[in-house]
Amino acid sequence: MIGIEHYLTVGAILFVLGVLGIFLNRKNVIVILMAVELILLAVNINLVAFSAFMQDLVGQIFAMLVLTVAAAEAAIGLAILVIYFRGRGSIAVDDINRMKG
Amino acid sequence: MIQAIAFYFFATIVVASAVMVIMAKNPVHSVLWLIMTFFNAAGLMVLVGAEFIAMLLVIVYVGAVAVLFLFVVMMLDIDFAEMRAGFSRNAPLGLVIAAILLAELLLAVGAYNAGGIQLGSADGSAMQAADTSNIEAIGALLYGRYIVLFEIAGIILLVAMIGAIVLTFQPPKPGARARQDVGKQVRRRPEDATVMKNPEIGQGVEL
Repeated sequence: MIGIEHYLTVGAILFVLGVLGIFLNRKNVIVILMAVELILLAVNINLVAFSAFMQDLVGQIFAMLVLTVAAAEAAIGLAILVIYFRGRGSIAVDDINRMKG
Repeated sequence: MIQAIAFYFFATIVVASAVMVIMAKNPVHSVLWLIMTFFNAAGLMVLVGAEFIAMLLVIVYVGAVAVLFLFVVMMLDIDFAEMRAGFSRNAPLGLVIAAILLAELLLAVGAYNAGGIQLGSADGSAMQAADTSNIEAIGALLYGRYIVLFEIAGIILLVAMIGAIVLTFQPPKPGARARQDVGKQVRRRPEDATVMKNPEIGQGVEL
């Protein structure tokens, strides 16, 4: 029988994989953004699981708002990435601390 | 039985493709694995009856966000081999932190399961009625009690859209190419542009 703990475990593993992805791909901003998406997906899985098992739909409304913010974050992040690449010709994260202004 | 099989199927694929997202050498492959992850996470959500969020996940993530990632990855011409340079250097620390996090989270799940802490339970005001579908119930909540949140979500998306456009907009360089002047085009008459000549035989036309 599948209970809420199974869902929470999947969410936990997904979250940890997202954090690990940020550590492993320190230089590649694109993969870091994807790892952030994984973390937000883990949050969504947890919200939906609690919502379903507690029979309260507010969790799903909340998951929708998280989805909205995740989409906005991806759009803005990639836009920043594009202008950064335009100005510098690379997306090495190590150079970003040299940005002035 | 079939539920358990479906759950383990989806969960295994979710975790495996999430591993591939962070381990893949080529970011294009990472994006494709990300799509796989989201698809199977949507499957997990369908299993508990949250069809609306599942469909939203497929439409928003697979249809919009993942394709946006794909565009950007392909648009930026980057040497990705060089990007992997710090991979093995950061791996031990990352693995240690990931192991600690996972242990903590699983401990929390176990503690929650043991039922030690009494949290408030759902008051039943947002329960899905037995005779309504998931989408119907969510719609009633979203356009009723949470209409303000819904509007705010729309404004967040609008701001993000305007922000992305403002950030990436390039004003045309002066002198790069003449801009189209519609008024000038409309004002132009045939007598300004054409001339009638009647040259002698054997002679060219002088303009």
